[in-house]
Amino acid sequence: MTAPLPVEHSHLSARAGTPRRPRIGVVKFASCDGCQLTLLDLEDELLAIAEKVDVVEFAEATSRRSSGPFDVLFVEGSISAPEQVDEIAQLRSVSKVLVTIGACATAGGIQAIRNWFDHEEIRHAVYPEPRYVESLAMSRPVADFVAVDAELRGCPISPAQLREFLVALVTGRRPQLPDEAVCLECKRRGVVCVAVAGGIPCLGPVTRTGCGAICPAYGRGCYGCFGPREGANTSSLAAWLSDGRNASDVARLFTGFTAWSEPFRKTIDAHGGPPRSAAVPPETTDA
Amino acid sequence: MHDLDLAGGGSGDLAIDVAMMTRVEGEGSLRLRVRDGVVEEAHLEIFEAPRYFEQLVIGRTPDEVIDIVARICGICPVAYQMTAVHAFEHALHIPIDPQVRALRRLLYCGEWIESHALHIYLLHLPDFLGYASALELAKDHRSAVEAGLTLKKAGNRLVELIGGRAIHPVSVRVGGFSRTFRRSEITAIRGQLTEALDIAYQTVDLVAGLEPPAFHRDSRLVALRHPDEYPMNEGRIVSTDGLDIAATEWLTEFQESQVSWSHALQARDRAGRPYLLGPASRVTLAADQLHPLAASALAATGLADEIRTNPYRSIVARAIELVDATAEAIEIIDAYEPPDQAATPWQPGPGSAAWATEAPRGLIFHAYELDQNGLIRSACIVPPTSQNQAGIEADLASFAPQVLDLPRDQATHRIEQLVRSYDPCISCATHFLQLSVEDLS
Repeated sequence: MTAPLPVEHSHLSARAGTPRRPRIGVVKFASCDGCQLTLLDLEDELLAIAEKVDVVEFAEATSRRSSGPFDVLFVEGSISAPEQVDEIAQLRSVSKVLVTIGACATAGGIQAIRNWFDHEEIRHAVYPEPRYVESLAMSRPVADFVAVDAELRGCPISPAQLREFLVALVTGRRPQLPDEAVCLECKRRGVVCVAVAGGIPCLGPVTRTGCGAICPAYGRGCYGCFGPREGANTSSLAAWLSDGRNASDVARLFTGFTAWSEPFRKTIDAHGGPPRSAAVPPETTDA
Repeated sequence: MHDLDLAGGGSGDLAIDVAMMTRVEGEGSLRLRVRDGVVEEAHLEIFEAPRYFEQLVIGRTPDEVIDIVARICGICPVAYQMTAVHAFEHALHIPIDPQVRALRRLLYCGEWIESHALHIYLLHLPDFLGYASALELAKDHRSAVEAGLTLKKAGNRLVELIGGRAIHPVSVRVGGFSRTFRRSEITAIRGQLTEALDIAYQTVDLVAGLEPPAFHRDSRLVALRHPDEYPMNEGRIVSTDGLDIAATEWLTEFQESQVSWSHALQARDRAGRPYLLGPASRVTLAADQLHPLAASALAATGLADEIRTNPYRSIVARAIELVDATAEAIEIIDAYEPPDQAATPWQPGPGSAAWATEAPRGLIFHAYELDQNGLIRSACIVPPTSQNQAGIEADLASFAPQVLDLPRDQATHRIEQLVRSYDPCISCATHFLQLSVEDLS
């Protein structure tokens, strides 16, 4: 299977005969910078890629700046502050192909857990003067605001998938980004099933592959950072996980880096919502 | 969009506005207001959208916290994981196998190598050599950039080996790791580190030869110090003016406060004084604990004093630490024997957890309260950049007057270069940077 890339982008090809290199931008919203760092982590290919494309905007890496136009714009981070709503609309208007990268941009990220909480309450809890800090009540994926042409999932994105995407870009073909479950990757890797053999709760059956089944290979359950695959049967997995666990512990498993993706969100809601503060404020606990 | 905007002004007045700092991690700006040659205001403005991590971890288990806090920073996730895991183990009295401790130090060495190589070659070196980026630097000095990338790659492979992946590794668990590692798995990376060590030496020579702007100040430097090793996973908090407290007591000496111009909380000591963290602080306060190879590399530069007083020399301290982390990693690998079990079994329970470790860019402190079920009741996470912010502002205020007579673009360049010297990690500043110098005449 391939990821949707509705925009015919062969015109971006840097092959011989193409008059110019595609103009690439990398921008961020609310995020940890890890996904754009993945680009700099392509140590073996970075300089070769830089010869095939024109990196016109990438604040983490270069002091040259551009506000567009972009042939391809990579967007990291979730939309979570008022000014970001206008910024993403503006960026969309100057980008031929807009690619969201990572769990924050594609699903709202770990910071979307706050979408379940009282916004004013958490602002006051973290900042003594919340009036100096502007944020939206919810952290939401980029696709909630503008059309997205392709997405690279993961927290962080996979270097292999990024490499595949970039090679496809410069050679003018469609990128191969599979949408199968982590389970298949696990089998191919020859990893013993941590859920069946070890009784460890694992989101592998409902999570899109791409990471290389790292968690099971490292002796722990998948925690869903690539988000739900198409048609993920989360209710069936939740029912299986419910055996011997209370609802809140099932909700806990889905309340991770892609919690706000629709299938995971519904499962969390069906199991009493995300883990909450057992938190009575410290000063009142000993009454 | 974010180009330098330099307004005019007579000699002695300066108005610089860098709407967005580049080659730093995250989003921030810098604003300087100068009147008649006197700096009236030096503000780092951090406009990274707030993510409220200290609230996101409420109600979660210690192991979940290790996964969540990694996401504060894509450049130094191991620092967040290490600080949290040590805090929980200390609070819950969980004994740690010496080989597990060694593996954690090895993992941390990997992050130091990756982060320092990234900062030196991709973010900071272009400043000294007059390029906009490492990509442009590579057009004229390809072999230097390639060497930096090879070094960076060695650090990433080390994190990947132990953590499963280079960014947001998955294997760190309370009590140890999620799996054991055979000796052959660990020794497989030794050759790559040996090559990296050679490049680290060359890096020291390269950066020690760079011409820094003349600037000397006597800042309060703070770092961890450990009796037996260069500070990384643990130690006491010490300073250049005699502070010596347990790492768990960070809150008794320092405090965070909020300023109107920044989304990042700023930390100062309880007397309101700024201080500075990072490689220059560690090299100054723990030079005697450097690996012998790093100590001799430092001695050969003859720059130990300048590292303490000139922030533009921090790139040399960072290179010394590249030698240290690489040499130490090789020693850990050579001495490694697999522990009997991946992790010490433990029971959740209540407690107060606090710890500090040394992230690549400086001391990082975490404190957590665990409720009766062993879930997080409250969290306090103090990243290095929050702590450096006030110290950077103080350095900017004292440095700015000496660039007033330079052409505006050169003045701005020098000031941005100064800020990058601290390797500010704005995403990290949980709650950082853009340059604005305003003409007030």
